[in-house]
Amino acid sequence: MTDLTHPGYVRPARRATRRAGAVPGSGIGQGGLALVLLLPSLIILALFTYGPLLQLGWDSLQIRQGAGAGGATVFAGLANYEAVLADPSFRRALINNLIFAIVTLVPSLGLALVFAMALARSSRLNSALRSMLFFPVLVPLVAAASLFLFIFLPGVGLLDHYLGRLVANPPNWLGDPDIALLSIAGVTIWKNAGYYMLFFLAGLQSVPPESYEAAHLDGATPWQRLRYVTLPYLKPTIAFVAVIALLNIVTQVDHVFVLTKGGPSEATNLVLFYIYQQAVESYDVGRASAATVLSLLALLALTFASLGTLERAFGGRAA
Amino acid sequence: MRAAGLRIGGARALARLTPDLPLATRHELTPKLGFGLVVVLALLWVTPFLWMLVAAFRPGAYGGAGMASLIPDTWPVMENFAEAWASADFPRYTLNTAIIAFGILAVQLVTITLAGYAFARLEFPGRRALFYIFLLQLMLVPVVLIVPNLKMVARLGLYDTLLGVMAPYFASAFGTFLMRQAFQAIPRELEEAALIDGATTLQRIRFVYAPLARPAFIAFAIVSVTSHWNEFLWPLMVINSPDNRPLTVGLASFTRGQEGAQAWGVIAAGTLFVIAPLALGFLAFQRRFVNSFVSSGIK
Repeated sequence: MTDLTHPGYVRPARRATRRAGAVPGSGIGQGGLALVLLLPSLIILALFTYGPLLQLGWDSLQIRQGAGAGGATVFAGLANYEAVLADPSFRRALINNLIFAIVTLVPSLGLALVFAMALARSSRLNSALRSMLFFPVLVPLVAAASLFLFIFLPGVGLLDHYLGRLVANPPNWLGDPDIALLSIAGVTIWKNAGYYMLFFLAGLQSVPPESYEAAHLDGATPWQRLRYVTLPYLKPTIAFVAVIALLNIVTQVDHVFVLTKGGPSEATNLVLFYIYQQAVESYDVGRASAATVLSLLALLALTFASLGTLERAFGGRAA
Repeated sequence: MRAAGLRIGGARALARLTPDLPLATRHELTPKLGFGLVVVLALLWVTPFLWMLVAAFRPGAYGGAGMASLIPDTWPVMENFAEAWASADFPRYTLNTAIIAFGILAVQLVTITLAGYAFARLEFPGRRALFYIFLLQLMLVPVVLIVPNLKMVARLGLYDTLLGVMAPYFASAFGTFLMRQAFQAIPRELEEAALIDGATTLQRIRFVYAPLARPAFIAFAIVSVTSHWNEFLWPLMVINSPDNRPLTVGLASFTRGQEGAQAWGVIAAGTLFVIAPLALGFLAFQRRFVNSFVSSGIK
């Protein structure tokens, strides 16, 4: 059970004392046995991760001749990359994604930390509040979007109905190009903050209570305790959660499909939505592939930057 | 005098609300204010679902300006549910989603157990390289690879089939690492005892490791089923015929239809259909869900 309540990343990787040959593989040796056991997973990885990766690189260098989905293709060098980078829609999607990342990441993590700190102690009330904050995590993003379609409805929607009593002219949440991306970000924050809260709750367990008592005796204010006791202990957790949050920001765009379809005037067009549009609506596999490669490079840069965090999470150093 | 009394009364009420604060901070205002803020936010967080419940049971004739009211204003009626039920094939979508989510899980349980055992207990050349091949998959989630994966699915003749939606998820790096961790925590002596009794590798995995790793299996199952129950973009790419739609894709097209008619109560009812199965599971096993997601760093 300790594995579940204390995630691996706060726990030093368990180093199994290795006694080579203690459990021999029958006849074929450990290497052969390992291959047999890993084979099912490796076939799937080859078919749906690494094979497609090669396909992707190949497709991104091809250009389609003639119209329709089934047209022949010819090798075109980096033409697709040039076309994508020159495409104002892609640039817009890239910039949107950066803004979206910033306005989502910071409030999500901040709120998650506030939630976790307020609800760190176990009590019946606290666990009910945790469940309330966690619940949106379980709901499909498209289902959440169906609800937010009404919440954001101008004039009669839930937000305007109640906010309208306080503010004279509430904005058109999804219709105003300056606001729409923020509304989309709001849905993402609402959806994920409760998820990140769980990691901070686990992380807070690693802060020794004596540190708080000591800080209190030294007359530290609550802010000083946060700054000099809590945050230093939580550093690895914050790094870990930031990686997950960024991955979610790039890959979770389902609500855009229901709420705005990238509009108004491309204000909520995000990179993954752009890729979908190029592939499915414009049948331009070359362009979609080039855009995918570019976003994968960004994701891979992020992966390598955070490999240490991931290794700690899954005990990679013991491998 | 009276104001002071109120203030003290308020502080007492807050103290009663937060009896679990650390002793050192119990008399400070900031933690209490923080707690109060979080209570307000928690209420705000569930408001969309509260509205969904109220609106789903409100008769259609009460739509329009009063639609946003969070207070049930009439007896609950089933009108919206009947309408939603009639305008989209929710039972079919639910069945498809269940087949996808549990089908993926069934295959994953086999692949992650075998791979997890190999990484936990075996020495072999190339182990480190293979470990990184798995690790990298955590980032190369199928959602990012929708374009080439779709091509692969079509090439395998799986376009517009449920199997096509499921196949890319049959291996799970996250599950493999979770099982590896769980298996490493199991004393080798148990396996050695089974070995002396003549158990084969598969028998040792099946009868020694798997039963002892039950909590890890449950954690993985909850996270896996939840994330595939909720998936949208990949099935949207793979599925073409309405009969093969999972709940999420069905709900999106249902919502598009009802949005035009401004039938918000019907949308709320349809959304409730989609959310209900996982919500009931969560209400029944809250602690298990929360613990599972803590261990789920990366899905």
